[in-house]
Amino acid sequence: MSDRVLVVVRAGALTTVQDLGRPGYAHLGVPHSGALDPPAAALVNRLVGNPPDAAVLETTLSGCALRPRSTVTVAVGGAPGPVSVGGRPAAWGAPVVVPAGELLEVGAATAGVRGYVAVSGGIAVEPVLGSRATDLLSGLGPAPLTDGTVLPLGTPAGPPARVDGAPQPRPPAELVLRVTLGPRDDWFTAGAVRDLTTRAYRVSPASNRIGLRTEGPALERARPGELPSEGMVLGAVQVPPDGRPVVFLADHPTTGGYPVIAVVRAADLPAAAQAPPGTPVRFVPVRRR
Amino acid sequence: MRALPVGDDALLVEVSSGEEAQALHAVLLRRRAEGTLTVREIVPAARTVLLDGLADPDRWAAELTTSRIPKAPSRARELIELPVRYDGPDLAVVAGHWGVTEREAARIHAGTEFTVAFCGFAPGFGYLTGLPDRYAVPRRATPRTAVPAGAVALAGPYTGVYPRSSPGGWQLIGTTDAVLWDHTRTPAALLAPGARVRFVPLGDA
Repeated sequence: MSDRVLVVVRAGALTTVQDLGRPGYAHLGVPHSGALDPPAAALVNRLVGNPPDAAVLETTLSGCALRPRSTVTVAVGGAPGPVSVGGRPAAWGAPVVVPAGELLEVGAATAGVRGYVAVSGGIAVEPVLGSRATDLLSGLGPAPLTDGTVLPLGTPAGPPARVDGAPQPRPPAELVLRVTLGPRDDWFTAGAVRDLTTRAYRVSPASNRIGLRTEGPALERARPGELPSEGMVLGAVQVPPDGRPVVFLADHPTTGGYPVIAVVRAADLPAAAQAPPGTPVRFVPVRRR
Repeated sequence: MRALPVGDDALLVEVSSGEEAQALHAVLLRRRAEGTLTVREIVPAARTVLLDGLADPDRWAAELTTSRIPKAPSRARELIELPVRYDGPDLAVVAGHWGVTEREAARIHAGTEFTVAFCGFAPGFGYLTGLPDRYAVPRRATPRTAVPAGAVALAGPYTGVYPRSSPGGWQLIGTTDAVLWDHTRTPAALLAPGARVRFVPLGDA
């Protein structure tokens, strides 16, 4: 079984191991972590016959190149881009066989930000608190991949999906984020709440796995200072002192003292993970379900 | 008590003191252990407890705001003793704020029984309460780029111990060899919310 490994030939800008994350430890200060675009990660797992909790690779804009030491089935999804095996073009968003020793090249994203690479058997690094996810805030899980990293692979659970390809949503030209106001909208002026929900924002290049930062009108506070630290949720729209809203993504801190003006619907966060810097952002208020 | 909706499936329950938050947290943990509360995360903090991943937040908002929560948590939790050397580079600054000698500052700190009010900042970093309000100290004007693991530190009303080396702005008063966080250990975090803590000086401090 010692050839059930994957050699990282080109790690790319930021490639991490991700799975469903480590829920249930927020009270100890442990972020949820996990894939930023969970539907894309789930789809590539399904395409190679992995269970939903198998670990995949999450790439950032520039793809990666991998060489398995034994023959594996892979699927590449999320942000679309060119895929090749041994120099020959291969399918994106479909199961692809990579023979032992051949090079799988996942090229730069032609749209979107985060690509996902599932390998039959899953990435089998040692789990930490039940998850193999790399958490960039707290440093739990494996370090981001570097050239030459050798990753162990698990035993394939089942055959690859019998499909040629699967439809995946295109990365958005405009990011529309539905928000429910609160819990701390009363810390802002009425004008700030109006600005958030009517003015145009853009995705900031300072965005990362912790948060989607935005550029746009600064939101004016009705009261100064910080809150006593309080628990933070995925999708919280936190407003730091510069007034530019930050949407918390998977590696967000579990507690914080900057007020949360609104919370983004969970269903809209995968699109947020795929919006490159400069993408227009609109926050649309909705009622709680 | 107020229950503020947070998105579609979470509730931020706000109370008027840290003691009440700790008591509410204990009640909610008991409800979860009994099987009457199904929730993904229960996150206590300074004046709040967050319930994240609730099937029916409106029902819980109604129930919690009409139920009676004790004013203070029970004292029955385990006591964790942390060996400490009061050798931190900011001990003199803290003693100055308190208007006492360094030796006296160490004695006051070691004579206090703390409670882990909540965790945050880093895995296993507990915010410990117990010092009287008059001993609150400001953060350092310039945070350190690297605070070593095991540093015992003060900021505002809280004492904390850095689980691993990280940047930090707290006032460093001492050092412990206790391992605050070890993900290969069960439990990984030495200090969980609700635990009682004493700092036990090594040597003659």
